[in-house]
Amino acid sequence: MYSFSGKIKLVAILSMVVGLLGIGYSFIAAPSTVEALGVPAGGDAAHAEHVLQLLKNKPWAALYVAALFFMLISLGVLAFYAINRAAQAGWAPILFRVMEGITGYLPVGALIFFVLLVLSGLHLNHLFIWMDPQVVAHDTVIQGKTAYLNVPFFLIRTAIYLLGWIGYRQITRRLSKAQDQASDNRPFVKAFKWSAGFLVFFLVTESMMSWDWIMGLDPHWFSTLFGWYVFSSFITASIAALILVTITLKGQGYLEHVNDSHLHDLAKYLFGFSIFWAYLWFSQYMLYWYSNIPEEVTYFITRLNDFEPVVLGMLAINFLLPLLILVDSDIKRKPWVIGIMSVVILAGHYLDFYNMIMPATVGDQWSIGIGEIGSVVFFFGLFTYVTFLTLTKVPLIEKRHPLMGESEHFHY
Amino acid sequence: MNKKVVQAIYNDDDVLLDAVKKVRGVNLKIEEVYTPFPVHGLDEAMGLKHTRLAIASFIYGCIGLVVAVLMMKYIMIDDWPRNIGGKPNFTYIDNLPAFIPVMFEMTIFFAAHLMVISFYMRSKLYPYKKAENPDPRTTDDHFLMEVESTGNEQELVKFLEETGAIEVKIADKKAIEI
Repeated sequence: MYSFSGKIKLVAILSMVVGLLGIGYSFIAAPSTVEALGVPAGGDAAHAEHVLQLLKNKPWAALYVAALFFMLISLGVLAFYAINRAAQAGWAPILFRVMEGITGYLPVGALIFFVLLVLSGLHLNHLFIWMDPQVVAHDTVIQGKTAYLNVPFFLIRTAIYLLGWIGYRQITRRLSKAQDQASDNRPFVKAFKWSAGFLVFFLVTESMMSWDWIMGLDPHWFSTLFGWYVFSSFITASIAALILVTITLKGQGYLEHVNDSHLHDLAKYLFGFSIFWAYLWFSQYMLYWYSNIPEEVTYFITRLNDFEPVVLGMLAINFLLPLLILVDSDIKRKPWVIGIMSVVILAGHYLDFYNMIMPATVGDQWSIGIGEIGSVVFFFGLFTYVTFLTLTKVPLIEKRHPLMGESEHFHY
Repeated sequence: MNKKVVQAIYNDDDVLLDAVKKVRGVNLKIEEVYTPFPVHGLDEAMGLKHTRLAIASFIYGCIGLVVAVLMMKYIMIDDWPRNIGGKPNFTYIDNLPAFIPVMFEMTIFFAAHLMVISFYMRSKLYPYKKAENPDPRTTDDHFLMEVESTGNEQELVKFLEETGAIEVKIADKKAIEI
């Protein structure tokens, strides 16, 4: 059994408190009237109103990015878990309980995220412009999409995705615990079938979730490979998070049989998914850049004009760095290199989500200030707390998983 | 002068691995081991150095990337910068996305082909090369270990028979023909 270390608990609680203070401050400090902006008299009133709306969105958008990012990390680990169960991977079972620990955050994160979406639906913010009836009244493009983009259907869809994911998580968790007590392999076989079914459900809902929660912020723009692109981004971040939790547990003296070959495998996934992410990013960017159709290319023009350091920075962090560092086989076995790379890649993929969401919500008024950092710190604390709390609930190694022997002696 | 070697033939790879470890344990020099398929852990048991092919391949990939960049920079930007469908051709960076597919493929092409050629050169493989295996059975289901003779061949033969060899013979070390 894992016992929650006091140090991690302290860091997690401290992060939550500091993060909450930051979030609270950012909401209080956001201007509520045009006068508060300090616009010189005689300035363009329409422009001042536009800027005000962007600034009012800022704390909401900061919260939204962080809530979505940490929930998707948890979801990515769940997908990785399902893949390894469905593929009957021989190396992975030793890490299944660690993955289950991380996916313990999914119900919590999903609830917070759902509440955020409901608040958007109640017009407490302007994250989704298609939710504003005044905007829709003057926008024929959005009017054509209202059959899909309307608040009740949006929230129902969201609830179906979230309940489906959480349902799979709870079912396999129960089957995994049942397998410990069982006298045959029936729970294991059931978990295998559920995982295969979940992967089908996941691929459909993952794609739709990326249209709803991210592409929906830019209702005038559409991209066909967007779902895959979002998936590649958060699965990479998930592997990084899994590596960090594994290294932490190993460093505390748990996970006796996890060796550098398991780490090497995880690092290969981190490397491979980073390259996969870059491939999808480039495939999306290059096709828009090459054909340069005005109504579609604006998505990238606003990003390259207003967010140049974010775009170039995340490309360097998420592609060049793993390409040059994680390519070496010996380095992939060194916990400290992999640990640092995981932290850096997590930051890089946060920037990726930042870059997907911010241009549509706050435009050129973006900055990475107290609101953004506070949100990340708060969700980091919550994520860490829930993850490590879930890890204390059951033994860290499954007792009679059929492939456990192979996993314990895994050597690459 | 012909050097003598002792050839021990095994019919199981686990026995072979044990024998390799025993032979190395008493400080005898293994000249060569012939196997019909890769035996996992054999290189480690023999104490062979790691291959550097991967490092060579990385360097070849870098060369390929440079070749692609210089080629397209010269052709598309410096030599004849025509306006083709409105693509920006003022600098290489301006038109970079259009060049990346070629840069990628050239990197892979150089890395893969030069690495394969390096492998052939280092392992001296080419068409019409004379096969070197001392016993044709080593390409089917037998494993052969060649141990350098210490002078007292009878004793060595006895030692190798004890390691599980099904057959041990003394042979002249063939000079490798090229």
